[in-house]
Amino acid sequence: METSIYSVIAFYALAITILGNAALVVFARNIVHSVLFLAITFISMAGLFLLLDADFIAAIQVLVYAGAVCIMVVFGIMLIQRPDMKDTNLFNTQLIAGTGVVALVFALCAILAGRTAWTDLVATQAVPENTIQVIGALLMSKYVIPFEVVAILLLVALIGAIVIARDESSAIAVDEGVKANAHD
Amino acid sequence: MFENLFVGIADGLRSLLGGLPLEINEAIVMLVKLVAILVFILVNALWLVYMERKVAGYMQARIGPNRVGPKGLLQTSADIGKLICKEIIIHKDTDKVVFMLAPVLVFVPTLMVFAVIPFGKNMAAIDMNIGLLYLLAIASLSTVIFWMAGWASNNKYSLLGSMRSVAQMVSYELPMVLAILGVIMITGSLKMSDIIAAQEHTWFIFTQPIAFLIFFIASVSECNRAPFDLIEAESELVNGFNTEYSGMAFAMFYLAEYANMLVCCAMVTILFLGGWLAPFGLDFIPSWLWFFIKMYVVMFVIMQLRWTYPRIRVDQLMGFGWKVLVPLSLANIFVTGIGMYIYRAIGW
Repeated sequence: METSIYSVIAFYALAITILGNAALVVFARNIVHSVLFLAITFISMAGLFLLLDADFIAAIQVLVYAGAVCIMVVFGIMLIQRPDMKDTNLFNTQLIAGTGVVALVFALCAILAGRTAWTDLVATQAVPENTIQVIGALLMSKYVIPFEVVAILLLVALIGAIVIARDESSAIAVDEGVKANAHD
Repeated sequence: MFENLFVGIADGLRSLLGGLPLEINEAIVMLVKLVAILVFILVNALWLVYMERKVAGYMQARIGPNRVGPKGLLQTSADIGKLICKEIIIHKDTDKVVFMLAPVLVFVPTLMVFAVIPFGKNMAAIDMNIGLLYLLAIASLSTVIFWMAGWASNNKYSLLGSMRSVAQMVSYELPMVLAILGVIMITGSLKMSDIIAAQEHTWFIFTQPIAFLIFFIASVSECNRAPFDLIEAESELVNGFNTEYSGMAFAMFYLAEYANMLVCCAMVTILFLGGWLAPFGLDFIPSWLWFFIKMYVVMFVIMQLRWTYPRIRVDQLMGFGWKVLVPLSLANIFVTGIGMYIYRAIGW
């Protein structure tokens, strides 16, 4: 990572955008607005990856998170739509549990940040220009087992979704409905 | 001389600004490139509407626009002028900020995508290593914008139209990406210039005909063009997601459709028709002209499709996408892999 004045400015601008939008995701009262703020947060995260010269991960961040995850959330919202969307993202009263979880997350972050040897991580040699070939080769050699496990996991999720969607009784009802329409 | 026309202009500009520091110099050259692309897209979007109306006219045995300007060439400019003068109606139940943001943002992904498209030899504004992936990633963002427009309108037809657009774009993005994989396997690179260089002897339309068909169908669907224009099915949904828009806000969506078509035609040209490479050694015609010729031929085919085929139903659309195109594109990847293995084993 280069440490010129431009990248420092870019880092702080991105950090403010990410934190601001992440806060708005939580505080927006309308859940649709929350999704849009979430999309901005994801895209700004891609900017952080670009600052680290990780262009492949940045593109995947935009493709998967901003392009796909947000759309899945949109589908979720549309399937549970209420007549009035104004107050759909409200706060609950679980103050103690919430405080506990937040404290736990902060503690974990602090421990991990403290244990990371930051000075060793600063790359002394030049960052490889073409990361994608290296990532591909590693996925097919050193990390081939985790890669295959992820593939199987996705397959299981896919089959699970089909099993849930193919409810036998409703499928028959739809078929009969189609037949009835055909006779009209 | 014409071969390096645009590259020459860029070099001339660079040397003209030679006195400035390198970073500012590069920034100005990049800005000029991006503004040139912007002007190119807007002029194209304007005149492609005219082209569409002319194609429609001749296919229906009439003349089409022929009054405003020579051969009616200024018809669409006059239309835009009229639309700018009209009021943008924002009715009281809209989500006003999101409603007005959608037409503003609708051009953004399209414009960003054009930064990596090589219009000719050395004529990509930015030739990045992951060009194709960048293009797919940015293009996938336009789905959210269509949904924003439909949801913020607070109208049943708009919402239905935008939900259809989301479902359709997500479903057809998958076969599109899988079809591109066949090309990437042969090229071994996501860089646009490498993909074009790999087609120097044979265009990928001949080595990857199935991938070409899948990609072409999926990209017509991604642009929401007939026969996949379900999101603005007039007979069911008034005008789909942009029903509530009027004036220039409506025109932005209308022009964005043509800008998106331009992206898809450029993609077909780059991936399957050899990009700016001249066929049959006809390289006295400059490379950028070849690119435009190929792009507009693809555009003409897409326009003819619109006036040839009736609109398909929603269930047919989903069934075709998931049950035909996705398995076919997966089979294509498999066959391509075997083919490459045999090709290497024989050692041609």
